Amino acid sequence: MEPTGAEGGHPGTALGLDQGHTEGEGGMPERFANPGLPPHVSRSADLGEHAARRAERQVAALFGISMVATVIFLVAYFAIDQNTYRFVPGIGQANLSNIVLGVTLGLSLLCIGLGAVHWAKTLMPDTEVTEARHPQRSSDDARAEAVETIMAGGDATQLARRPLIRYMLGGALGLFALPLGLQVAGSLGPLPHAELSTTFWRKGMRLVRDPELSPIKASDVTIGSVFNVMPEGIDKSHDVLEEKGKAAVLLMRLNPDDIKIAKERDWGHDGIVAYSKICTHVGCPVGLYEQQTHHLLCPCHQSTFDVTEDCKVIFGPAHRPLPQLKITVDAEGYLVADSAFREAVGPSFWERG
Amino acid sequence: MNALAARRRHPAAILLLLLLGLVATGGLYSLLAPKPAQAATATADDVNAGKMLFLANCATCHGLHAEGSKDAPSLAGVGAAAVDFQVGTGRMPLAGPGVQAAASKKIMFTDAQIASLAAYVASLSPGPAIPDDQYTKGDGNIAHGNELFKVNCAMCHNFAGSGGALTRGKYAPSLRNVTGTHIYEAMVSGPQSMPVFNDANLSPTDKNDIISYLHELDKNKNPGGMNLGNLGPVSEGMFIWVFGLGLMIGAAVWLGAKAA
Repeated sequence: MEPTGAEGGHPGTALGLDQGHTEGEGGMPERFANPGLPPHVSRSADLGEHAARRAERQVAALFGISMVATVIFLVAYFAIDQNTYRFVPGIGQANLSNIVLGVTLGLSLLCIGLGAVHWAKTLMPDTEVTEARHPQRSSDDARAEAVETIMAGGDATQLARRPLIRYMLGGALGLFALPLGLQVAGSLGPLPHAELSTTFWRKGMRLVRDPELSPIKASDVTIGSVFNVMPEGIDKSHDVLEEKGKAAVLLMRLNPDDIKIAKERDWGHDGIVAYSKICTHVGCPVGLYEQQTHHLLCPCHQSTFDVTEDCKVIFGPAHRPLPQLKITVDAEGYLVADSAFREAVGPSFWERG
Repeated sequence: MNALAARRRHPAAILLLLLLGLVATGGLYSLLAPKPAQAATATADDVNAGKMLFLANCATCHGLHAEGSKDAPSLAGVGAAAVDFQVGTGRMPLAGPGVQAAASKKIMFTDAQIASLAAYVASLSPGPAIPDDQYTKGDGNIAHGNELFKVNCAMCHNFAGSGGALTRGKYAPSLRNVTGTHIYEAMVSGPQSMPVFNDANLSPTDKNDIISYLHELDKNKNPGGMNLGNLGPVSEGMFIWVFGLGLMIGAAVWLGAKAA
């Protein structure tokens, strides 16, 4: 290793890639020399009283700005009506009191900080100081004394002489660990059983509008319209929000000729089709239906489903098509479910496969 | 009379005069202001005038009998509501080819011309009519409108009505500062990608509630200013990551730098 480079190097004298290359002789040097601290570079404020005075004035000015801002804050607190809205450049129409109080309070605190840092950097001493580390190990006497103190304390408890206390204390502490462990173990269950695979939908349930929960006649659903649908009676279920989160369905009417998959047409009614609204990717509500392209878009990760092709995934991270709800009409002309969902709705889970 | 003359230079006199002038102007205006035309009573003249306008401005794309072409859809059954919405918001005539017609400040026709056009298109085949004033005033139940908006509209138009992206460059426009009539017409006619929300799905009263909610949003003031498009965590997160963290990094660099 040649000692040139770090020590002798000046900026602007760097060697080209094809220069200064020496073949190594192999092996490591006995010892790397301590390069020591770089030479101290004096600041302009250290060299001239003029620069030092200027730095002093800058620090004082920063503290001064802080004081002015604080005074403006105090005045503005009383002077500006809290319901005044003004146009503030760069921010737009905003509450004037809010803006002035925030800006002045921020400015007064910021300038105290800026002043303190500028003061420390320009005026306070900046010479590098080496402080030797003192030994960590205590003296032998102190160590012996510490051991003695601990042993004396142990004797004073009389634990060795009184086994009854010893065993009861051990029992109490040991038993106390159980409630802590039980909470962790208890939170691992119970297993969800069929809850992930089933929804509130059953055969014969009417399709009702969300949030009114009123039934829908097949003739109400005109071509190009979309209804947000829940199963009848969901408001009386045990966990309404959880059930709604699984049972949400989107009802659309297409021109039957536009539907390309026979199963989709069979499971619908006269071009009216119902699909789960829960994305098969991570369960966001897939609600963005485009009536001309018949694309269904999930707003979270842009998974796109084609309603004319049984909600096949045509873009995005979703892996499976949206499950279709088989529907029909009852004697009064209202839309009803012809069966529960035939597969689990929503994102994949372990047992789903 | 003398007492009145003596007080004519009183400081309050000018105020009183101003007040009188304002009351008189307001009263006269309410008496003489033109009443909004009733769209339901379209005359044969309207239809004829509308046909001339249609042939001159729309037939190139939509066909001589509004039957549509490869560039534009048929207008059969779209009704007066669709015409009033598309032309009244400046979406039609189309300014240029694109993924979807955009609302424009520049409305190409006067209100009377739009009414004639609407009457002509409505005369071709039945479709949704221009809504009655009582359902577009926005004096309905705001809370109910909010509930309906969250279920039926918010997925595309954003919780604050700021609009949002759809597939392949299409988008749901912002609903801020849109007139109640245009909101209503969009719901019944389903312009561009938007599905139709017919009266069986959302009753006229429901639609009025939604309009009320949107008008209430328009009135909402933003105490902090700088709403960043009301787009939620995306734009707000972007702002704080770029400017907040940028400021932090700048401060750290300054703290670590030696003084000159």
